[in-house]
Amino acid sequence: MSAFLQYTLQGLAAGGFYALAALGLAVIFGVLGVVNFSHGACYMLGAVASAVLLDTLGLSFWWALLVVPVLMFVFGVLMERLLVQWLLRLDPLYNFLLTFGITLVLVDLVKRRYGVSGLPYQLPPGLDGRVTVGSVSLSLYQVFVTLFAVLVCVAVWALLTQTRIGMIVRASTEDAERSRALGINVGRWVTPVFGFGIGLAGLSGVLAAPFRAITADMGSNFVIILFAVVVIGGLGSILGAVVAGFLVGLVEAYGQAYAPSFAQVLIFVLMALVVLVRPSGLFGREEAA
Amino acid sequence: MSGMSRVMLEVDGLSAWYGEARVLADVSLTVAPGEVVTLVGRNGAGKTTLLRSVMGLHHQVEGTVTFEGRDLRRVRADARAKAGIGWVPDDRGIYASLSVEENLTLPPVVSPGDAWSLERVYEQFPVLHERRAFPGTKLSGGEQQMLAMARVLRMGARLLLLDEPSEGLAPVIVQRIGEIIRQIKASGVAVLLVEQNVAFASTVADRHYLLAQGRVVESLDNETFQSRTTQLLEYLGI
Repeated sequence: MSAFLQYTLQGLAAGGFYALAALGLAVIFGVLGVVNFSHGACYMLGAVASAVLLDTLGLSFWWALLVVPVLMFVFGVLMERLLVQWLLRLDPLYNFLLTFGITLVLVDLVKRRYGVSGLPYQLPPGLDGRVTVGSVSLSLYQVFVTLFAVLVCVAVWALLTQTRIGMIVRASTEDAERSRALGINVGRWVTPVFGFGIGLAGLSGVLAAPFRAITADMGSNFVIILFAVVVIGGLGSILGAVVAGFLVGLVEAYGQAYAPSFAQVLIFVLMALVVLVRPSGLFGREEAA
Repeated sequence: MSGMSRVMLEVDGLSAWYGEARVLADVSLTVAPGEVVTLVGRNGAGKTTLLRSVMGLHHQVEGTVTFEGRDLRRVRADARAKAGIGWVPDDRGIYASLSVEENLTLPPVVSPGDAWSLERVYEQFPVLHERRAFPGTKLSGGEQQMLAMARVLRMGARLLLLDEPSEGLAPVIVQRIGEIIRQIKASGVAVLLVEQNVAFASTVADRHYLLAQGRVVESLDNETFQSRTTQLLEYLGI
């Protein structure tokens, strides 16, 4: 029982990374129609940036949590302005290829500068302990990550449902052309939304830094699972991204605990099952006939 | 504005293509303030493309569209909406991810003098008030049509582009839509209406343009239109 609770917590913490990153992927896809393959690389950059900032400037985890997402937002804005925007009018495949290319460049740049062996990152002081609940001892950091991810998801949810900007983003996610015809300048929101999505990937990377091996390749597996998350949740569905993120985290953790050799396969079996039963994902809208 | 040329919308020599296929050929028409003008024609005659071109949603076009004296050629769709053109698409265009009230308040108010307040919308359409917290697409077809029209009236649009508002609706709802059109017409709002329902069109419109294979083949006032209804029905193959 104690072990089960620990696996559950581990799954929820990992799910938190997936949920945050998938949320970013979902808003970018919704508003721009771009499937951002570089999302995994941006997650990696978030983790690498935390480690480098700690090493060079002595920036603590808490500061990284604040600074890195902002840096990644700026990075996303630059990426959209300099590259992505030029392909928006073309077939979505072009931006998929572009962001795939950006991934290769980012990964190799990080490898060249920091090698392949992984950067060290300690659990932040104060979160390196364990909490005992009844007879179960849990990692304080995993509890923190889970709660923090839920908090950020709730905040993003509130932003999307309670503000005018959120309403415009939801409407444009559903139908950008129609929103234009109703007087919404959709183009104005494209750049900030892209930056915001990349910022969330970066935030996910910061949270992963003390918990995962920080290497240039850490995003390549991550992005594959992220696509499974988005397919399970329903492409373009915000709620779907969050729920499926935690779900996949749990499946992965239970898989690693009880059937280690099938851990990765299980996620894709889940994806296949969901697609079989509901082709548009758990929370995706059925396409109009 | 001179008394003679009270024209709100002027389409002049408009041609439109989908790739190589030409769907509109040299179409010219006008709509005056407070006037209801219909485009009548078979499916595929180019009616919807004409509305989309006026809205700025169709880009393969030649010719000019002038709204209240302003050349719209280089004006994007969102700026056309802000200039006072209200779009009511044939699928009603209601957002599933927005509540009824959010659907109403999404577009910016473009002309405070003309815009309906939310109170006025709810007074006119009590059912929208009742269901204001529901997702927009949980409404019935007729209610969605009301919502789509109310949405652009709340914007303060002075020209409504209505694409087949009566399609698939019960006669009593169609009658209600007719009432609304007459009411907004009385307030000086102009309507360009795509309609296959000839009987309905003749109860609301001042003038009619007959469209066939992308061309305006005839322009009729409502009296002539009514006297030739049978012939027109045959022509439309309805």
